[in-house]
Amino acid sequence: MSEWWTYRAEDFLLFSPRVYWRMFELHNAALWPLHFVTFDAGLIILLLIAWRPGSSARWVASILAMLWIFVGWSFLWNRYTTINWVAAYIAPAFFVEGTLLLIAALSGALAFEKRRPGDWIAYLILGFALLGQPLLAPLQGRGWASSEVFGIAPDPTVIGTLGVLLLARGRLVPWLLPIPVLWCLLSGLTLQTMGEPQAWATYAGLALAALGWIWRIVRQRGSLPVA
Amino acid sequence: MRTTRRTFVQASLAATAAATLLPISLHAQQGRLIRRPIPSSREEIPIVGLGTWITFNVGDDPALRNECAGVMAAFFEAGGRMIDSSPMYGSSQPVVGYGLQKLGRPQALFSADKVWTSSAAAGPTQIEQSRRYWGVPKFDLVQVHNLLTWKPHLQTLFQMKASGTVRYVGITTSEGRRHDLIEQIMRSEPIDFVQFSYNVVDREAEARLLPLASERGIAVIVNRPFRQGALTERLKNKPLPEWAAELGASSWAELMLKFILAHPAVTVAIPATTRVDHVRENLSAAAGPMPDTAMRQRIAAHVKAL
Repeated sequence: MSEWWTYRAEDFLLFSPRVYWRMFELHNAALWPLHFVTFDAGLIILLLIAWRPGSSARWVASILAMLWIFVGWSFLWNRYTTINWVAAYIAPAFFVEGTLLLIAALSGALAFEKRRPGDWIAYLILGFALLGQPLLAPLQGRGWASSEVFGIAPDPTVIGTLGVLLLARGRLVPWLLPIPVLWCLLSGLTLQTMGEPQAWATYAGLALAALGWIWRIVRQRGSLPVA
Repeated sequence: MRTTRRTFVQASLAATAAATLLPISLHAQQGRLIRRPIPSSREEIPIVGLGTWITFNVGDDPALRNECAGVMAAFFEAGGRMIDSSPMYGSSQPVVGYGLQKLGRPQALFSADKVWTSSAAAGPTQIEQSRRYWGVPKFDLVQVHNLLTWKPHLQTLFQMKASGTVRYVGITTSEGRRHDLIEQIMRSEPIDFVQFSYNVVDREAEARLLPLASERGIAVIVNRPFRQGALTERLKNKPLPEWAAELGASSWAELMLKFILAHPAVTVAIPATTRVDHVRENLSAAAGPMPDTAMRQRIAAHVKAL
């Protein structure tokens, strides 16, 4: 692309906010009442990590893997691509993340511990993904029809995954982080370019996750014995 | 009034002079719309067309597809002809095709599309796919979008024109990008159309591109006449000057469109909209008096001062 410095984010926005939110309305209508299943799946993830951290990692990773692949296929591949051809290149990233989560589930490469510093931030993020994100549509006057629900829409699924990864440890965690982080940046930028205040919710989810990681690193270093 | 040989000669001379000085043929065809000739063929088209960037990218949404079809219906009813789209515009091409089918394939359509791929070999396949989306036997105009891989695509389009599978060939840019290359192509290639951005505040094209288009006999399509709605949004709460009535303009959109359309080198402006009332308003700018040079300066100065 020549004269790339002359391009702004607006130049890459192919659709209007009205079409974007209508897309969620149609998506919700098409999948209703599957929302109860995916919301319950999110709730189970939260409860498993909180109450059975030692034995829940395989289940949590498996559920998340299915949700990522489902959202990648149903939303990105089948719906978002109709208004944004870029989504055809993003959908495979969701399949990759789902595959990585499946590998984590099968290999036992993820684990959760009972209590670690900064856990409250992770639960806050996960709680927002499950309960906060669906409220944004009615709170902004768009009504419930275009609500973004965990396991149905990408943003709450991705933000919820960031919360889960903040609670997890294991060698695959660094591999599982880039795609959710990049999606949050892309989605936040899209919403910001459309002039939607909701962009800040996505950025805030990402910022909170980053804060959680920093908090954990600082606390862990502080607790190390001095040599 | 009795027509004498003298009055006939005077009228003929006046008509010839008017046609020379002001290349706007005020034919009252399809209502009151002003039409201008495509220099390479002298075919006349109404000076306001319909863009589809963002506005027609509504995906599979049936309600919004029908709204777009409604906009197209109002466009054709008001005498519009040129609809412009691109493979880059998401679902806009299939949505245009949906509208055309719903409206019974209006004969008035002047179909303008683009080729937009970095692969020279993929150009013909993409153009054919676009044609199928529109559901037209052939495109009237195919343009190289944003000059992407322009050399081989232009060769493809010239071959298509020679074989009769496209009627006109063009190139496009937007927002003032790559004007040097546009100018170079306008000077060196036998293109029929050039498309770029021009409006009451973005007037860079007046310096070189518009005079060059006149000199080389190239039709000009103006995109982003309202800066993608930013200008109408900026001015919506500002009072329209009283002197706008002299031009028959009852809105900022009409006044700003008349500013563009009055430039003698402009052939068509292609505002995009999702609203039937706006498409009618846009087309009404293509009728009635047009501003002269002094009035154009007045419009530009007034908008700049707001």
